[in-house]
Amino acid sequence: MTRDLSPRATSLVLAFLLIAAVAAVTLVCAQLSGGSQRVATDAMIKLTIVVAMYMFAGNSGVLSFGHISFLGLGAYSAAWLTISPSIKASLMPGLPAWLIPLELHPAAGVIAGGLLAACVAFVFGLPLTRLAGIAASIGTFALLVIFYATFSNWTPVTGGQGSLYGLPIFTTLPIAAGVACLTILAAALYQSSAAGFRLRGSREDPIAAKSVGIDTRRERLVAFVISAFFVGMAGALYAHFLTVVVAGEFYLKLTFITVAMLVIGGMRSLTGAVAGTLFVTLLSELLRQTERGFDLGFVFVGGRLGLQEVGLSAAMLLALIFRPRGITGGRELGGLGTSR
Amino acid sequence: MIVLQHILDAINIGGLYAMMALGIGLIFGIMRLINFAHGEMVMAGGYALGLLATLPAPLAIVLSLAFIIALALLIEQATFRPLRGQDPASLLVASFAVSYFLQNLTVMIFGARPLPFSFAPGLAETIEIAGLRLPLLQFVSLGLVIVALAGVATLLKHTALGIQLRAAAEDVVTARLSGVKVNRVIAFAFVISAVLAWVVSLIYSAQIGQLSPAMGVRPLIIGFVATILGGLGSLPGAALGGFVVGAISVLLDAALPASLRPFREAFLFGLVFVILVMRPEGLLRVRALQERV
Repeated sequence: MTRDLSPRATSLVLAFLLIAAVAAVTLVCAQLSGGSQRVATDAMIKLTIVVAMYMFAGNSGVLSFGHISFLGLGAYSAAWLTISPSIKASLMPGLPAWLIPLELHPAAGVIAGGLLAACVAFVFGLPLTRLAGIAASIGTFALLVIFYATFSNWTPVTGGQGSLYGLPIFTTLPIAAGVACLTILAAALYQSSAAGFRLRGSREDPIAAKSVGIDTRRERLVAFVISAFFVGMAGALYAHFLTVVVAGEFYLKLTFITVAMLVIGGMRSLTGAVAGTLFVTLLSELLRQTERGFDLGFVFVGGRLGLQEVGLSAAMLLALIFRPRGITGGRELGGLGTSR
Repeated sequence: MIVLQHILDAINIGGLYAMMALGIGLIFGIMRLINFAHGEMVMAGGYALGLLATLPAPLAIVLSLAFIIALALLIEQATFRPLRGQDPASLLVASFAVSYFLQNLTVMIFGARPLPFSFAPGLAETIEIAGLRLPLLQFVSLGLVIVALAGVATLLKHTALGIQLRAAAEDVVTARLSGVKVNRVIAFAFVISAVLAWVVSLIYSAQIGQLSPAMGVRPLIIGFVATILGGLGSLPGAALGGFVVGAISVLLDAALPASLRPFREAFLFGLVFVILVMRPEGLLRVRALQERV
């Protein structure tokens, strides 16, 4: 069936199917208890992050360890724009004078978070996209450390090691799911666009791509900025979900979890990004329940702190060894791939 | 006098970073693996020493060393060997996963709270020489650094396995064609890097005085900077990079105003970023980071 359709149409069908799946999950979860809804909302935010990371990593072949910095930027933008002026003045006295009296609607914070992340991605992307292969991944890791050190030490502006509280609750399950669907649509449109094809061409064979006039740096930069935009939005949503912003959130742990989602699902397909998020969320929920310990009726099996992370990293290693291209093997749902 | 103190500090810290960087660089050179789990080797060494502290010191040393070497070989066999030949990014992710696994396994076994490190408490005593008050630990660590680095240099320069190792680091395919048994050489590299990690764990745990599951992350991250600085894959470069990072961090500590000092890591990684972009071959050499066509 894919033969009859243009790449764009194929991609849109794929996006439609994935969005339908996300919507179905959302509808089911909306009927569940508050606790399960929170888990689902958290998963939708992660889905946004992973799909956005896929836009860059999947199409360029360069794995990024720095995207969680963009999440942090989005979260801090939300804090800077939506916390009430009186709290802001005491928590973040170092903010520029014009920012302190602002108290915008959370939606404005979400857009601003995306834009700030995109601008920062552009500035850092200019040198970063000069790097190839493993050096590029290290560069993104350097980004993560630089931003973490800044978030956790620039106390007058970010609250440093303390937490910024007083963010309005905004991120409900439908909103988080909506943004996730929007990101899936954007990823589908991007990967079927001419720019997406050029970037994948440079991923498959950088030298051949160069020889047909593809400017790999430029294409990578475009993907980097777009993906940072969506991660930034997710960051603001995350801040309005937790209602606090703490620097420690935006470092190795979340980086590990999101990279695990992408790698386990299959880094080279949009379906992989979605499937990986779903799989890892279910697995870590299961492990979290076990970690608490459970009652077998006749005997109580005590849990162990750390079990969740141990199980997750073991799953990731198994996936890397036995399914190096992820559970989807880099294919799209129903063979709707344009990425071959 | 204060200058002398800074120089001593720089050599000491630099030696520690040099050993970290060598441990990372050895393995990267041969199999293009950036071993994130090297930090957890340091952590495991610290825990082993801390738990065996009640035994007589030589026994504790031998047992903990054996434990670290066994752990390194086990990790190599179980995870990195099946993944060999995959692209460096997958290997990096795998080592990330191993690191996370070991950290949280430690949480499962010993809990997340720090434990006191009580091996050889005498190291904290200070001695006074010519107006300088120096902790004994500084001398011990200086001695250990010199012995370890000289030992590694001798092994690599003058033993058959060491020469094979350097050959494999230069070009695995050619080395294999010339009859180098790559499996053995890689195992050897893991053993050396485990021993280096053990030395770091002894000094580092004594310095911070406690053990925690995430204690390996900081030395790893800074050793990592040193490896990049020296040019990934170059062993003399890694050692030099360690000392340069030591000197830079002591300088930053002394020169930065107190308000900027917490940002030291941001500066160090800003440096990594700049070096990667401006001079990806590192301070010394041109080869390893270029992807071969």
